[in-house]
Amino acid sequence: MSRNLIIGTALSSLVLLAALVSFVWTPFDHAAMNIPAKLQTPNGTHWLGTDHFGRDIFSMVMVGARTSIAVALVAVGIGMSIGIPLGLTAAARSGSWLDELIMRGNDLVFAFPSLVIAILITAIFGAGAVNAIIAIGIFNIPVFARITRGAALSLWQREFILAARVSGKGAARISAEHILPNVANLLIVQGTIQFSLGILAEAGLSYVGLGAQPPTPSWGRMLADAQTMVSLAPHLALIPGSAIILTVLGLNLMGDGLRDWLDPKLRVGRT
Amino acid sequence: MIRYTLKRLLSLILSLAVASLVIFFVIEVAPGDPASFMLGLNAQPDTVAALRAELGLDQSQFGRYLSWVTGMMHGDFGTSYTYRTPVAGMISDRLWVSLPLALYALILSTLIAFPAGIYAAARRGKTGDMAVMGATQLGVAVPNFWFAMMLVVIFAINLRWFNAGGFAGWDKGLLAGLHSLTLPAISLALPQAAILARVMRSALLDILGEDFMRTARAKGLSRRQALWRHGLRNAMIPVLTIIGLQFSFLLAGAIIIEQVFYLPGLGRLVFQAISARDLIVVESVVMLLVLAVITVNFLVDLAYALVDPRLRSRT
Repeated sequence: MSRNLIIGTALSSLVLLAALVSFVWTPFDHAAMNIPAKLQTPNGTHWLGTDHFGRDIFSMVMVGARTSIAVALVAVGIGMSIGIPLGLTAAARSGSWLDELIMRGNDLVFAFPSLVIAILITAIFGAGAVNAIIAIGIFNIPVFARITRGAALSLWQREFILAARVSGKGAARISAEHILPNVANLLIVQGTIQFSLGILAEAGLSYVGLGAQPPTPSWGRMLADAQTMVSLAPHLALIPGSAIILTVLGLNLMGDGLRDWLDPKLRVGRT
Repeated sequence: MIRYTLKRLLSLILSLAVASLVIFFVIEVAPGDPASFMLGLNAQPDTVAALRAELGLDQSQFGRYLSWVTGMMHGDFGTSYTYRTPVAGMISDRLWVSLPLALYALILSTLIAFPAGIYAAARRGKTGDMAVMGATQLGVAVPNFWFAMMLVVIFAINLRWFNAGGFAGWDKGLLAGLHSLTLPAISLALPQAAILARVMRSALLDILGEDFMRTARAKGLSRRQALWRHGLRNAMIPVLTIIGLQFSFLLAGAIIIEQVFYLPGLGRLVFQAISARDLIVVESVVMLLVLAVITVNFLVDLAYALVDPRLRSRT
């Protein structure tokens, strides 16, 4: 295992652990205000200090990890569960009108950056974590469709697929039984990368008020709250910012490490 | 080349048509009637009806779609529900902030990424390469709006080299305008520069292993000469793709960065419009962003064909 994979997995696990532990324990109630103790810098009682309402920042960061992970994870899930079947279908019917339709549809979705999708959804249904998930998820669909199709196309030329066809298997069965397992590694790596992009996107959307709404804590909103006080109490911005950076860095390192660690033969098929 | 261009142009027009349909009908399903929203809860039904007629809301959906699209082609984006002024004017005012900001960031990102990527590729595996790659790994992980806040703390609040926010206006001169866009542009450019530098490096490394590079070296060119004369041009294809993709991220990213610096750009406009349910403004801004993305991708496709003549014969 490479150094990247070890550091990346350690960082990601740490964040995941913080999120899971926050369900049963946080140092303080993350929503409890304590005005006399406001704007404290990190100290023995409040390990990462307090915000302008005297809320414990360490507890907020822990619960915020939950929001970030949940949004990014479900968004990757949406992208995979719709994008992968689309990509497999397009590759199986390569060159047909169906392939063309799927790929042009992909191009179209690509023209809507996730922030723009989020703006559209918010204009209709209002802001919220669920809408952030949908926006990031929709943007993930063409990513997975393209990468699946690209890798699957080269596999369709291989002899073991020909053997499967000769033995009478249909395109759907071949895709599920032979193509999918062979592109799985690639998809796992891409999944890690999209997961980290999802964390960044969620933070951005929450920052501009299109993501999770109060009282749900989120790293992006903690930064938005910190903005007016950043000269007074820089730790308000430094801590949630570092949480985002460490998480994204961890996931990216893990993705890089996984790519090198998993079957190197797949690199040939990557588009 | 002409056939290739026409084919791409056709696909551009089709994409725009479908995108406009999607945007219009997605916004159409939005609950709530803009006219009732504007007039408040106590409005008389006949007042609401009159306003609906004035705004053209009493026409059929398809009729309104057609007049929206034909209007846009003539530069008429309709009238804002809340401000009662032409949307086109509101957008073009803001565009003079958002577009220069995205371009400024794109230039900065390219200026940082090209030397960094080339340097790293030329020193593959050495300390310089590792340092650049480490920096890009960090650059990708930093949320740009957070980086923007840090820049404000350092360069605006402590060093006082820049204003913490606001836009001087182009009427104060080009330099004053650029000065107020510098911190926003740097914060937008950083993550994109990190991505671009990585792409540049890996594209160059792929090229360095090619036969024609060995031939160039065998002809007596130094490693550096071969890299500059033959390597860079061939590495441009993946790099151009990313630059094209980045422009759309920069334009969308500008929406968030504008919030940090209180810049009067498209982002501010669209967030105000969302909270005021000024759907026609939201619709038009979104359409404009999508138009920008599709057009840039079209230009990138054309640039490919110029860089690599082989692509012209393919679809």
